[in-house]
Formats: sequence, C-alpha cells, structure tokens
Amino acid sequence: MNDAQLYSQLTSVFHDVFDDDAIEVTPQLTAKDVDGWDSLTHIRLILTVEKAFKIKFSTSEIGKLENVGDLAALIRARV
Amino acid sequence: MNPLYSELQWLPRPPQEFSSLLKAAGTTGESLGYDIRSLASFALDLNQLARLSKVIGKARSEGAPLDPLTPFRLAVLSNSTMDMLLPSLVGSAARHGIALEVIQPSYDQVAQEALTPDSKVNSSKPDAVLFALDYRALPLKLSLGDAEASSATVQGVLGYLQALREGIKANSNAVCIFQTFAPPAEPLFGSLDRLLPGTLRSLIDAINLELCTYVLSSGDVLLDVASLAETVGLAEWHDPVMWNLGKFPFSAELIPLYGDHVARIVAAIRGKSAKVLVLDLDNTVWGGVIGDDGLEGIQIAQGDARGEAHLAVQRLALDLRRRGIVLAVSSKNTDAVAREPFEKHSEMLLKLDHIAVFQANWNDKATNIQAIAEELSLGLDAMVFLDDNPVERGLVRKLLPQVSVPELPEDPAGYARTLGAAGYFEAIAFASEDLKRAGYYQDNAKRASLQKQVGGVDAYLASLDMSITFQPFDATGRARIVQLINKSNQYNLTTRRYTDPEVTAAENDPEVFTLQVRLADIFGDNGMISVVICRPGEARTWEIDTWLMSCRVLGRRVEHMILRELLDHARAAGIEKLLGTYRPTEKNKLVIDHYSKLGFTKIGEDPSGLTRWELVTAAEGPEPAPMKVISGRFETFKETHA
Repeated sequence: MNDAQLYSQLTSVFHDVFDDDAIEVTPQLTAKDVDGWDSLTHIRLILTVEKAFKIKFSTSEIGKLENVGDLAALIRARV
Repeated sequence: MNPLYSELQWLPRPPQEFSSLLKAAGTTGESLGYDIRSLASFALDLNQLARLSKVIGKARSEGAPLDPLTPFRLAVLSNSTMDMLLPSLVGSAARHGIALEVIQPSYDQVAQEALTPDSKVNSSKPDAVLFALDYRALPLKLSLGDAEASSATVQGVLGYLQALREGIKANSNAVCIFQTFAPPAEPLFGSLDRLLPGTLRSLIDAINLELCTYVLSSGDVLLDVASLAETVGLAEWHDPVMWNLGKFPFSAELIPLYGDHVARIVAAIRGKSAKVLVLDLDNTVWGGVIGDDGLEGIQIAQGDARGEAHLAVQRLALDLRRRGIVLAVSSKNTDAVAREPFEKHSEMLLKLDHIAVFQANWNDKATNIQAIAEELSLGLDAMVFLDDNPVERGLVRKLLPQVSVPELPEDPAGYARTLGAAGYFEAIAFASEDLKRAGYYQDNAKRASLQKQVGGVDAYLASLDMSITFQPFDATGRARIVQLINKSNQYNLTTRRYTDPEVTAAENDPEVFTLQVRLADIFGDNGMISVVICRPGEARTWEIDTWLMSCRVLGRRVEHMILRELLDHARAAGIEKLLGTYRPTEKNKLVIDHYSKLGFTKIGEDPSGLTRWELVTAAEGPEPAPMKVISGRFETFKETHA
C-alpha cells in the first residue's frame, strides 16, 4: 500500500466517523482541527481504523498519537 | 469472533449509499420515522448507528414527528463509560419501532441518581431505567472457601440493587431493567473457581441467580447480559484494552449486538415483539423440493446431516409454538402436495394441526403473508418470515417492510441458530395464557382467500437486475440438463425423461432445437433453470417436445422470455408454427394453463386431459420482462437452418 492509497482509505474512515465529507486528511491534521474530535470520538476513530485496515493497536500506541501523520506511520508499520 | 453475532448476520447488509439515503430521510414521500426505521433495518456498524442516532436526536430537538415510531424514554445508570454505546441504543431501537430518547446522568453516579428524588434521572420521568452495571461496579470481596462470607457478599450486592430499585420506584416509578453480570474470562484456580464459594466466578454466578429470583418476583425486567456474553464467548466480550483505555464495559465490536438486545427488551415492554412465524416449506422445513423429489426424496430423516438441520428448524418452530407463537406456512406448491409430508412422513415433527394458517399456492409470498395476517387478525409487524430463498426474502422485505425477514446462511445447519439469534420473539414475561395462544388462533383461522394481489411485483422484478442466458445444449451443461429432465415434476409440460445418450443425441442432431437457460440476479447465479427441446414436426413446424423450469424462479416471467427467444429462433429457421403439448401427471397441475397464458390456441384435448396447442411464429409473443438477455453460441443451429 502506498501513501496515496493509505490516505485515501483514511479519508473515507474520517468521513465515516465524523460524518463530514469535507474533511481533508493530511499528515498535519490534529484533533483540534476537526469538529467533534473529542476523546470518545477518538476511540471510535481508532476502532474504525482498526477495522478498515484489519489491524490492532496496543494501549500505549493509542495514547501516543499526536496527528494523522503518526497514525499513518503506525498503520504503515502494520500492513 | 462469530460474525453471526458481531455482525448481526440475520439483518441484510446496509446499502453502499447508506449515508446519502440517511440524508434524504423524510423527503422520500414516506414519513421521517418510516424512513428511519427502514434504514435501521440493516446491520449497521458503530458509525452508522451514531449517524442514525444523530438524525433522530435532531428531529426530536426540532419537534419533528417520528411516527410511526413509538416514543420511549430510557435512563441508563452505569458505572462504566456508556457514551459510545448510547447512540447505538437509539439507532437499534428504531429497528424495533421505537423512537428512543436516552437520559444519561454523569459518569458513575448510580446510587445518587436512583436515590435522590430530583436527580436528573428521576426528574426526567423516564419510562424505564436500565441498570447497565458491570461486575467491576460491585463490592465483591473474595472470601475463598468461606461459604458464609460469600453469602453475605451476595446478599449485600442484592441489597444494593434492591435499594436502587426502591429509589427509582419511589421517585419516578419507572420500569426497572436489571442486567445479569458477565463473569470475567480470567480464572484464579481454574475449574475450581466454579466449585469454591467466594471466588469471583462463584460470587457472580450466585448474584446472577439471586437477581433472577428477585426480578421474577418483583415484576421488573431482566436483560441477560451474562448469557449474551457466554454466547459470543467471555474472552470476546471482555476487552481489557477498552476497559483500561476508558472503562468501556465490553468489546466495541459487540456494541451493535448489545444495542439490539436492549432494543428488543424495550420493544417487548411496548408489546412490539413478533407473534407469528411463517414458514416456507421446500428447503426450509425439509431438505429438497416435495413437488420434484417426492415423499421419499425429501431430506428430513434423523441421521442424515442435511435432514437433521431441517429437523432443528421444525423443533425450534414447535418449541416456539409451545410458548405461544403462532405457526403458519407460505409455500409455492400445490396444496395437496405441500400437505403430504405433514400427513404421511413419519419423521416430520410438525403436523398439520400445529399450523394455524396453511397457504400453499402459486401466488407471490407477500400476498400470502398478507392473507395470513388478515386471517389471524394480527398486524404485519407481528410476522416473521423464514425462507431459504433470497429472492422470496427480498420480495417480502420490499413489499411488506413491516414483516421481519431474517437473512439465512448457505448451510441449513445454521437456520435454527440464526432465527434464535435474531430474537424476534423476545418476551419480558410468560403467562399461562401464552400457552393457549397458538391454539386460540388456530381455532379461529380458516383458510385465507387470496384474491387480492400485492402491487409492485413488476417493480420488484426490475430491481432484481436479472440477466437470462440462452444457449443450445452443450457438453458442459449436459449433466445438469439430464438431471433437470429426470427430476422436474411440477413445471414440466410433458414430463418426458431422457438419458444422457438421448440428450447427447438431441444436442448433436442439427434438426433438433435445444435450449438451456440460466438466470442470474442481484442475489447471485441461479444456474440452469430451464430446458426446452423442439423437434421438427410437419413442414415448417416445431413440436415442443420438452419444456421445463425450476420452480425456484417462478413468478419472474422467465417463461415469457423463453417464448420470445423460441420465436426468434423459429422465425430465423423459417418455422411458421409452434406446437405445444400439456401431458397431465399427478404433479404438474401448475402448468395446465401454461400455453394458454402464453397466447397459444388450443387445438385439441384428449379424454386423458392431454391438451394440444399452437402458436404462429408471426405472433408478437409476450411483453418482455425486465431482464437482460444474453443469447449465444447458436452458430451451428443457424448454419443448418438459415
């Protein structure tokens, strides 16, 4: 999977989770940039990413994420 | 994780365009509540349930009506993080006809909320309060081997739960819904955990038992989470990552399942559980097709794996009847043929007098189910329809969306389990009248008359996206052609049986016109479903020697398309007249009017009931049915006859 494919799949995950098709998913995107990205939605986001990419994150990984770039790096290490 | 449960496999998969359909809810010509319920009827995931819940919440805050959904206010008291769960409860409740409003107090304020008269929960005047407690909320002190101390712990927990209930009853008089507690997956000793008093396992087991006894006598309602967790497996139910992360009480993957179970209970409180099980017969109640395979050929015997699977369906139906669920039959069959196994097959568990309404005919099943509902004077939403055929299921879902129609797995071994997992017949209490109910309906039920047809069948057929393929006989199809020729009884005009060499001879004879027909639709490929053989008769005439069709594709106007194809080839070959024959047998009454319906003219009738028909090939033929036509590999034929 190349970066473009990964970000394209992440984009549909974000649109699904936040119910907003206007979100542009970039490596720099953080929680404060997205309406409704609170701690609970974060968990829902992680669960949806896990399901979409068929991977599981560890407890510490979930806590460490700073931005979408981190998330993408974590996914890339797994798939 | 078993996907039957985690993915709610008895529900159809949501359409690709779910979110745009949701955005359009309420603007489709139906009411908003109706559209919401339709969208809730799919197997929705966490995100889809959250979206649905958002639409419902928005409608409520704007004061928009949500009919025909029944409003219900549920307060949820919990010691764990329910936030992610609550939208799923709202979305799932819509599936069961409920417009759910959830009242959620601050995290872990269970006792304060129950016991304070003007707490958020009590002042909201909920219809019901759900105590969504986890074993980790309970003061459980291990007292290994100490029966007395364990009993004191159990009584202490029960006292706590009863105090919560008394608080709610005194302050808002809502219905109380208790949950049993799912024991942890981690052992302390191992098997001894269950034996020894005072282990976590035996404490939780004892609490669950005491709680059940209490609920039975208090008239409250129980949601058996412990059973649910056991069914999916405790190791799947408990997710330590999720608990550690934010005190989420169980695996997020199981939230849609839990939501549906809460919704069933709420629907049962409002009297919305189903009351009737309508059974298809062929390949549902028994294996095989009674009209084709006969009494000896259907699979129902003990010791035969396939037969056992269908017996399990019968056993479940019979047990449901024992608890008051009314049984009915809807089958595409000749009535007498369909009744035969009930009357004569020794292995059948179901007998005719268990069936309140028996509908075996050639009408579409939506019409039949409507007739059954009318006959029983029950609403369509009280009906569950069990059928192995995805096309029949789709038709009934489309025309009668109020009827519950479970998806079924390929393997009949899963039928009974799937029906059980769907939980259509959830009840919150059982009274002695329930025992009598099935019989009561039966006494009053007469055979329903079926004049009224449910509209929209053509639109439904169009939505099936059918494609029909015509080919001459060939080596690849030969085995199936021979099988159909020797097995088909019902939709078979002449019932002429041919051996493999005879079929090969027809295949190779340039004077004989042969047709093998396949049908595919959105549900998949039905394979070869019809066979036609025409032999040269008098000059410029074809005699239709054989015309048969699988009853699986009945009512889809396949025979119309076959005639059109036949006419094309006949004209191309310079044929001016088609001659058809109906040779009556015990089993082919279904096609007695086949040729007359297709526009043939009767030219003769024998005392035996045999009829002869003709059609000039200049005739236009029937209107085309909504399906794509693929006609191929007739080169040999065309070279010979052109």
